[in-house]
Amino acid sequence: MSKFQKKRGKASPEISTASLPDIIFMLLFFFMVVTVLRDASRQVEVIVPNASELTKLEKKSLVNHIYVGKPKKQFAAAYGTSPRIQLGDKISDIKDIPLFLEQHRSKVPEKQRPAIKTSLRVDGDVTMGILADLKTQLRKSGQLLVNYSAKPKAE
Amino acid sequence: MGKKSAKDRISNEINAGSMADIAFLLLIFFLVTTTIDVDKGVLVKLPPWSEDEPDIQKLKTRNVYSVLVNAQNQLLVRGEPADIDDLRENAKEFISNPRKMENMAEAPNKAIISLKNDRGTKYKTYLEVYNELKAAYRELWDEASKKKFGKDYEFLERTQQKEIRSGIPLVISEAEPTNFGEE
Repeated sequence: MSKFQKKRGKASPEISTASLPDIIFMLLFFFMVVTVLRDASRQVEVIVPNASELTKLEKKSLVNHIYVGKPKKQFAAAYGTSPRIQLGDKISDIKDIPLFLEQHRSKVPEKQRPAIKTSLRVDGDVTMGILADLKTQLRKSGQLLVNYSAKPKAE
Repeated sequence: MGKKSAKDRISNEINAGSMADIAFLLLIFFLVTTTIDVDKGVLVKLPPWSEDEPDIQKLKTRNVYSVLVNAQNQLLVRGEPADIDDLRENAKEFISNPRKMENMAEAPNKAIISLKNDRGTKYKTYLEVYNELKAAYRELWDEASKKKFGKDYEFLERTQQKEIRSGIPLVISEAEPTNFGEE
């Protein structure tokens, strides 16, 4: 008994902070892994419309994004003011779509390729003409799963 | 001499007290830059590409629910002007046909919704219409699954969902848009 009491008396009353860095590092690594840095800066103006029948896009690696909208002000001189398509990080033409899809497809394991989805982020004020051409091109390239990106509607 | 060796011992250890601060800084950086934005939207399966147009004329007119959206964003449902707010209810009535009307679908699995728009139609309107039509089907599925399994469609097992869907299949056929009102 006397042995125990002696030891207690010697122990410092402070809490050890030696493991604090480790805890913080754990948190840090968690956020580093979770973080997805936005890869493409948007060059077209997109405000997606609202809808109520929404599906969540689950696997990010199986999704490619196509943006449709009017070029932003700083790009208006180069690309005009009528709606354009953005593939990856640059404004492109409809006929570049098959190549864009193929580039994405080659990065995906063969088994998961049928599940590839295209997320269309289209501005609400765009007319259907450009979208019809886009859809035709997607169908011709065999990319049939399409997600019209939308915000939840407050009902 | 004894003093010197004590000094050496101290300088050999790196002070790890600031480690936590450095880690905190990094942590805060990642906390701020993280965007956990979920991508949500209306999921659509496009039909495979074929050169010849599908012939909708072959179908009985009573089974076809045609929706036209023109370049002025006005609706024409089965030949009559309509309002987008009534679309969901109308479509539901058409598909399920509870009163066995002569001019509505023979059976839910024979109903076909035909959607057509102009090139000048606004995407916002188009998506709204599409959303309403999809909502009509979702509500019908909900009703059917409540009747059959006693719970909402989204809580059912995969096989049960398939069963419901085969009874009321979602068929939205989209025609090529007409060349009106393109900017």
